[in-house]
Amino acid sequence: MIWELELVIYLFLAVSAIVALEVRDLLVAVVMMTVFSFLMALLFVAMGAIDVGFTEAVIGAGVTGILFVLVVFQTSRKSND
Amino acid sequence: MRDQFQSPIVLLGARLLSPYIMVFGWYVIFHGHYSPGGGFQGGALLAASLLLIRVAGGSKLAELQIQEFATTPLAVIGVVIYFATGLVAMIMGGYFLDYAQLPIPGMEADWLRYTGILIIEVGIGLAVMAILVMIYDNMARGEDYG
Repeated sequence: MIWELELVIYLFLAVSAIVALEVRDLLVAVVMMTVFSFLMALLFVAMGAIDVGFTEAVIGAGVTGILFVLVVFQTSRKSND
Repeated sequence: MRDQFQSPIVLLGARLLSPYIMVFGWYVIFHGHYSPGGGFQGGALLAASLLLIRVAGGSKLAELQIQEFATTPLAVIGVVIYFATGLVAMIMGGYFLDYAQLPIPGMEADWLRYTGILIIEVGIGLAVMAILVMIYDNMARGEDYG
């Protein structure tokens, strides 16, 4: 794959991980986790593991995001720490 | 979900997207034996299309698709399809999941392996879809929180 594009994906990956860790609103953290999963899936596909990337995109960016949103709406939306 | 209001735009988007995700899930399952994907990914896609309607429309709308009591039998049917295929091959004189021994008349051994993997993947897809929907339903009902 083109290494410049891969570098950009790595940068976005780090930014989304840091935002997901530091943000106070948990719904934003869930969305950032979804973004992280999708970029990770792109990187897996770029490294040639198409099956792993597919699973990561479906599970990490799809089902897990929905389950996290459900948990956020059943508890509190702001983080307390 | 409580404390949320119904948004017709979100529901319209989910209704537009959900059938296409479901068709893609069946595509992934039925092409799993010679392309990336397979039973687990296809089943997760089917579950995602059901969960999208569940998130956007709430539990009343979701009962029109798959009711809560139907998820456990569907998962059991998927597991039974998997193990029945394996055990039938075993009874016919091969090893467990030895697809070439499946008693389907008029098929060569290589075509039998093709079909056997397809049957297995349909079973896995059903089980994964039903269990993911079941997890969502149990979390949304919140029975264990008291």
